[in-house]
Parts: sequence; C-alpha cells; structure tokens
Amino acid sequence: MGAGIAIVAARGGFNTISYDRSQEALERSHNATIAFFEKSVERGKMTPGERGRTVKAMRSTTDLDVLGECDLIIEAVFEELSVKRDLLRALDAVCEPRTIFASNTSTLSITEIAAGSKRPHKVVGMHFCLPAQLMKLIEMSPGLLTSEETFQSAWQWTLACGQIPVKTQDKPGFILNALLVPFNNDAIRAVEAGVASAADIDKALKTALGYKMGPLELIDLIGLDTQVRLSEAFYPITLDGRAAAPPLLRRMVAAGLLGRKSGQGFFRYEGEAMFGA
Amino acid sequence: MHYAIIKAGESPSFPDGDPFLAAGVAVSQAEAVIYLAGAKLAHNDAKSVVLVELGNESLGEHTGELLGEEGSNVVGFARYRNGLDAPSSLVELVVQSRTPQDAVAAARSIFEAAGLVVAICTDQAGRIVDRLVRPKYNAALRLLDEGLAIQKDIDLTCRLGLGYPDGPIERAVRGGLVHHHDITKALFETYGTPGYAPARRAVVAARRRES
Ligand SMILES: NC(=O)c1ccc[n+]([C@@H]2O[C@H](COP(=O)([O-])OP(=O)(O)OC[C@H]3O[C@@H](n4cnc5c(N)ncnc54)[C@H](O)[C@@H]3O)[C@@H](O)[C@H]2O)c1
Repeated sequence: MGAGIAIVAARGGFNTISYDRSQEALERSHNATIAFFEKSVERGKMTPGERGRTVKAMRSTTDLDVLGECDLIIEAVFEELSVKRDLLRALDAVCEPRTIFASNTSTLSITEIAAGSKRPHKVVGMHFCLPAQLMKLIEMSPGLLTSEETFQSAWQWTLACGQIPVKTQDKPGFILNALLVPFNNDAIRAVEAGVASAADIDKALKTALGYKMGPLELIDLIGLDTQVRLSEAFYPITLDGRAAAPPLLRRMVAAGLLGRKSGQGFFRYEGEAMFGA
Repeated sequence: MHYAIIKAGESPSFPDGDPFLAAGVAVSQAEAVIYLAGAKLAHNDAKSVVLVELGNESLGEHTGELLGEEGSNVVGFARYRNGLDAPSSLVELVVQSRTPQDAVAAARSIFEAAGLVVAICTDQAGRIVDRLVRPKYNAALRLLDEGLAIQKDIDLTCRLGLGYPDGPIERAVRGGLVHHHDITKALFETYGTPGYAPARRAVVAARRRES
C-alpha cells in the first residue's frame, strides 16, 4: 500500500521518500513502481519525460533520520495501534514541528493513533483505497485534536496530487468500510442461510444494481482471513451485529479456503480463471 | 415456450406496454401460466410451470406451506425494481424445497428468452437483493443523521471506492424513501434485527405520506 501512495505523491510533483524497516520490502516496491510506470507510458497515461521526472523525485531509505526534511509523512505500516504509535513517537524526535503526520489506517482511530505523538494537532487520517496508484478516493478524517490548519494542508495536498478527498469523522471504518464490511458479512450470512448460491447472489447484485463485482467475489479478492480481521476490528467497538464475523466465514478460514490467494473461497480459481460463478 | 398471462392490475415486473405481455397466448395453448399483480392463483398441474409475481410476500402465502415439504410446479418470481426506477433485467426466481427441477428450468427459459437474467433463491423474506441492500441503505441514512459525512460524500465514496454506478443514499432517494421504508419495515417484522429497522429519514417520508 505504501508503494502505491508513494507513486501518487511523486506523480503529484512532490519529492518523495519511501521508508521501511525492511530493505527487501523497499526493493520489491521499487521494482513494482518501475513496472507500473513502464505500463503507464505504454498506455499513454504518462510521457517518458514525466516518467523520468517522477522516478527522479523518488528515493527510499531504511534510515528514519532521513525523514527529518519532510513536510508530510503518510504512514502505512502494520495495522497495529502500538506499531503506529511507536512510529509517530520516533518521528516526533526526527521531524520539524511543522511536519504533518497522516495515517492510512483502515480500522484504527486517528485520535488513538495521534495519542502516540506529542503533536496530535498535526495528525490526520488519510485513507487511500487499494491500489492507491489507480484509485482517486481518499477518506480524510480529523482526530479530536487535529487542527483545522493541519486538515486543510493535508486536504490541499491530496488535491495537488489529483486525488479526490472526502471528509469523514474519525469513526470505525470511516465511510467505505463502515458500509462495506457489514454488507459483505450479510452476503456470507445469506449463503449460510441457504437463500441462494454464492454465484446467484453475486449475479443478482451485479444485474440489479450494476455493481462491477459481487460481494462474494470481492471477499475472495480481499481474502476471507482479512474479512475476519476487519470484522474483529469493528464489531467489538460498534457492537453492530452485522459487523460480526459470520460462523461460515470462520469455518472457511479454518478450512484454508481464504479466497483467490489460496485458490478457493466462495469460488474456485486456477491462475486468472474463476470457476463456479 | 408459450405462456399465458393473467393479471389483476399493472405489474411492477412488466408494466403496461412491456413486450413480454404482448407475447402471451391463451391459457389453453400455453405450457406455462403467469399470474401478475396479485391475480388469484389457480393450480394447474398440466402446465410445465405456474408463475406467481411476488411483492414483499413469501411464495408460501400463495401456495400454502408444509413445514419444509412444500413444493409444486408453482414458482414465485419478481423482477427487481428499485421503487420508482424502471425494472432491472434481474428476475429473482423463488423456489420451495420440493419444487421440481423441470418447473424451475421452464421458468428460467421463459425469462431468459425475454433477455432477462435469472437468479434462483429460496422462499425467504427480501429474497436476495432487498435482503442485502436494505440494511445498507438504512446504515447510510443513519450515518448521514450522525454527521459522519455529507450525503454527497457518502455516495461519492461508494462510487469511487467500490465502483458502484450510484451511492446508497441517492439510490434509496431516487427509488423513493417511502418505498424503502415499506420494504425494510416488512423485513424488520420478519427478521427483527436492527439493520432492518427503518432509518429515521425513511420513517419521516412514510409519515409524511400518511398525513
Ligand atoms: N491493504 C489494503 O487494502 C489497505 C487499504 C487501505 C489502507 N490500508 C492500511 O495500510 C496500512 C498498511 O497495509 P498493507 O496492506 O500495505 O500492509 P503490509 O503488511 O503489506 O505492509 C506494511 C509495510 O510496513 C512496513 N513496516 C511495518 N512496521 C514498520 C515500522 N515500524 N517502520 C517502518 N516500516 C514498517 C513493513 O515492512 C511492510 O513493508 C495499514 O494501516 C492498513 O490498514 C490497507
């Protein structure tokens, strides 16, 4: 996810530094980035000149001190409150007081993450969609202590990158996941309740509503284990029964049916081909 | 397959003027009979299939039920329609546990020949689509009340983030909040779970209709 965000920033004309503790992760991201730009030029989305300038604007490092020169830092580290808080604490020591910290968290509270920093007024939520380099939407949320100035600067930055920001409160799942996670669980419950087959449920929703992908195919893509983790992140806070992981989902994860990545979830996959839909 | 149409008023699935209606033949010449808009069902075992258009009700209300052993050549259906929107090309076909496969196949072939897409479901409230989308529309309307974001941004997020052609609130409003209220209220009576409880804005719309 971090690599995609770095592409957005560099394409927007900003000097961009990617920081990761793992050199291997940085190398993987670098290769994926070069391949992405290659495609962008091939498809006429970018001129070779633009590619050259963008690649030149990008650097990577495993040394946190290098981030001292940044005006804005967007974190996309592991989805764990303590990891994110520790990172902000370390960044406090390295960065200028003006530096804004943004979090790409999907499930955690911006205010709770900001509590790890000595500058909670400089911390803002900036939730990109996967794949960030292709998706325009960013859910922007101020924490309880975020200053209006911080929020506006971060908002202007997303516009300068050609993204489309929406403003949402610091509540579990913001807008997208607050609506999607329970909806996807409901689709699993419909399979479990014998309402229809997974294939017929997806077909019905795509035909009736014009969705590009049915919910069960989408869960297969996200990963059934990820759907459990999302449910476990939201249900204990919201106590919304629709957000609780359905028993069938847990059984399928236990059986190793994780979706596309394991070759079978609600549908079966072989390479790019999908069966049972 | 030739079918006869018996209707008691304008059908939500096939509004007046729909070519599907014009293709109907006399009952004596038809292999299938289709009851529309609440026309009273008469069983006819000689036909491949007898189709009953459903609203919010179960197929069992038309056929009677036998504690899980029900099923005959009577098959329920509804063409999905978001209230005031034109009917979609989806037909939800409602079967019971003992519905014979050849009755289902006959029903499918009639609708597919008319260019429609068929999804098969069991006789449960809300069938597939309303069962799944009504709680989402309620949730979106509640999030709006709670100030999570403005309506435009809630809808935009779903369009951009999920590739939906329209967002949940604009869709519920376009189809009619009263229509949404009536469906979700019926589902709430059956399932009793909070997700189906009509959202305040839908209740307001329904009460204003009454006054
Ligand atoms: N994957 C998605 O669909 C998605 C969508 C939106 C937001 N997010 C959010 O983005 C974040 C990252 O998700 P991901 O799927 O890319 O995770 P990931 O596990 O693929 O990548 C996390 C990266 O962070 C690095 N990292 C971990 N701790 C670090 C630290 N203390 N300092 C420096 N680097 C560190 C890891 O080496 C790894 O390369 C999470 O907060 C997640 O909720 C993910």
